[in-house]
Amino acid sequence: MTTSRRLKQIHLAAHFPGVNNTTVWSDPQSGSHIEFESFVRLAKTAERAKFDFFFLAEGLRLREQAGRIYDLDVVGRPDTFSVLAALAAVTEHLGLTGTINSTFNEPYEVARQFASLDHLSGGRAGWNVVTSWDAFTGENFRRGGFLPEDQRYARAKAFLHTAQELFDSWRGGELVADKESGVFVADAAAGEFAHRDAHFDITGRFTVPRAPQGRPVILQAGDSEEGREFAAATADAIFSRHGTLEAGQEFYADVKGRLARYGRARDDLKVLPAATFVLADTDAEARERAADVRRLQVSGQTAIRFAEQLWNRDLSAYDPDGPLPEIDPLPGENTIAQGRASVRMYRDPVGTARQWRELAEARGLSLREVIIEVTGRQTFIGSPATVAERIDHLVQHDASDGFILVPHVTPGGLDEFADTVVPLLQERGVFRTEYSGPTLRDHLGLSTPRPGTLRAPAAS
Amino acid sequence: MAKGDAGMASAPGIHLAVALEGAGWHSAAWREPRARPGDLFTAGYWTDLVTEAERGLLDFVTIEDSLGVRSSHEPGAEFRADRVPGRLDAVLVASRVAPRTDHIGLVPTGIVTHTEPFHLSKAIATLDYVSRGRGGWRAQVARRPADAAHFGRRDPGVLASEDLLAEAGDYIEVVRRLWDSWEDDAEIRDVATGRFIDRDKLHYIDFAGEWFSVKGPSITPRPPQGQPLVTVLAHAAPAYRLAQRSADVVFVTPRDAGDARAIERELRPEGEGGPRVFADLVVFLGDTAAEAARRRDRLDERAGEDYSSDALVFTGTAGELADLVLEWAEAGLSGFRLRPAALPDDLETITRRLVPELQLRGVFRTDYAERSLRERLGLARPTNRYAEV
Repeated sequence: MTTSRRLKQIHLAAHFPGVNNTTVWSDPQSGSHIEFESFVRLAKTAERAKFDFFFLAEGLRLREQAGRIYDLDVVGRPDTFSVLAALAAVTEHLGLTGTINSTFNEPYEVARQFASLDHLSGGRAGWNVVTSWDAFTGENFRRGGFLPEDQRYARAKAFLHTAQELFDSWRGGELVADKESGVFVADAAAGEFAHRDAHFDITGRFTVPRAPQGRPVILQAGDSEEGREFAAATADAIFSRHGTLEAGQEFYADVKGRLARYGRARDDLKVLPAATFVLADTDAEARERAADVRRLQVSGQTAIRFAEQLWNRDLSAYDPDGPLPEIDPLPGENTIAQGRASVRMYRDPVGTARQWRELAEARGLSLREVIIEVTGRQTFIGSPATVAERIDHLVQHDASDGFILVPHVTPGGLDEFADTVVPLLQERGVFRTEYSGPTLRDHLGLSTPRPGTLRAPAAS
Repeated sequence: MAKGDAGMASAPGIHLAVALEGAGWHSAAWREPRARPGDLFTAGYWTDLVTEAERGLLDFVTIEDSLGVRSSHEPGAEFRADRVPGRLDAVLVASRVAPRTDHIGLVPTGIVTHTEPFHLSKAIATLDYVSRGRGGWRAQVARRPADAAHFGRRDPGVLASEDLLAEAGDYIEVVRRLWDSWEDDAEIRDVATGRFIDRDKLHYIDFAGEWFSVKGPSITPRPPQGQPLVTVLAHAAPAYRLAQRSADVVFVTPRDAGDARAIERELRPEGEGGPRVFADLVVFLGDTAAEAARRRDRLDERAGEDYSSDALVFTGTAGELADLVLEWAEAGLSGFRLRPAALPDDLETITRRLVPELQLRGVFRTDYAERSLRERLGLARPTNRYAEV
């Protein structure tokens, strides 16, 4: 291959299918979402395909709609730390990352858990810092829902910074463990810390020596102005929802453009949109399959529940195969759905309902068909060659640095991608054929942070 | 090995657990010739130890934990260059070891005083999933002000009070309710109605106590054992009450057989029901009693102080330890949790000398028979407190 500039290397991650309607549990191939075998299967597929990392999301209260537990999607998840630690035993290279909330935890405990995970995995830990704050989730915690929404990023920043200080409280090399002289620790200050800000006032000694990666890889998912700034200041990778060329390029340029302000290089933050995929031998077959998958993802019952989230009222009397409701959404605070981030996307419910009706009218769509149309379509649809080309195109044209792939079937949903698309990406010379090092930082091309190089979080 | 097979379907006779702590329970253990102090923070070290315990057919291992440095027995003790300076999170260590073992129970310590019962409940439930029914938890309070300062949220006054134990009782109650908050058959995958779960089989726990309230249900379905094994270490009456109310297994610290009998009667006045009682013993073992004593002296000399413990310290041969174990078992104890003074030496003497000795005497299993940890201890899989009969 002769190209004037070096091709960008693609980063890929495997997202364990989540508790939303993207995950098709009615598929005959669909296995357990909680038995360990399912996690092992996906992680081993990802490692066989030389993926950068495995990712597990978290939600700390079961979702509800109209005051009852939401029962149409997969329900139930494991504990993030326990599963990632167990997966470290059955994989050798794969990064092991998960979401851990910064509101319903304390920095000392989380820092200890991530530093432990990094040791136990030989340097493969990654932390997606999320900032949910709602009182609904807070009801499960002794600390309660104490945080006003406008403080969630302030606390998240303080939380992460405090955790980083704890990671850095060991600089590395303090453990001598010399049996003869009897000196185990060379430095009396090892692990000492004292942190005080508006959120945390803690002092003492951190009890986990410096981890293989120094600090775990930090992931961030916020798309708001504050979220982007937080990521630019502190994250190693940012998730996004911008999977198309134009939207992706805009997001990519925006967040990469923020890095210099924090003394960081463009490569210090990877942009990794979440993406779904449907493969088949030909593009036409893949499109057919994709339409089938969408119908499985949006059952009639699911369509009604989705419409209720916009309408903010009970629509159970409506027929999913009939027209959209003629009544308008209830204005004001959305009270029907809880424990879901997506409802906040509907900033103008009446306007959105009008758009949906126009769409239904123009194309003769039923309520269910409208929901299929307007809620998340698959990112990559096509033959392996088409999908490989598309992924490579998006990365080489700076719409992303790679993708977090979300299979729609657990646990085998990544197998086809691993077997057919990955070899094509490798042939193109844009995806690794062997891991270059043992740590997640190695896979992502990130340097190992030196202790004492933390910058104070910007005041907010 | 017919002897002892009568009665319970579980293993004959005596239950044996080992308490894993850093390089061993003696503070100078890391300086022993076979110690691996440079590996204490690696997965391989812990996997090797638990694999050795499994080779010895032990019931379970416990893994010690604390939220601060415990470099000395004195409260507020300062930095010591000659002590192991920290540890990995015990629940993560247990989870990391689980896929590499097949039979042995895994019982990490989880501190209650500064942590969230919701998180701990799902962490132990998940340990039970990744170990396929071998998970447990040793609940422990944290009284040290230095640990509290790592969190900055507790009034130091509460740390010394009996409130801490009462709070631990509430904490265990919440953890147990959360394990039951999903009925076993809650997942239905009913394509006709589009429902993944029968939400009538998920339950709010609605716990409201003096120290916290928790709504539920858990985000994690009911674990394989239903209720993973809950254990506590108890030295005196207030903690005995907690153990009676909340634990499946209680570790106690008798000084002799008579003391063991008295403690067992206090904990299980009816003889039936109540927690299984295990005696804790720190063990310094050797081929001869003299060699065991020499090992202990050597360790004490290096530490610069005589070893002392809340539990009885046994120094002698595996045969002598077997004698003691049988004598105390006669007093009514279910089992023993041995704390090896130095690793791997005392662990290997347990698995390679003590266990064969007990097998010869017909009081210890010669193979693993049961699938779950509860089963091994003769504990039924509990019915769900929320299920309608």
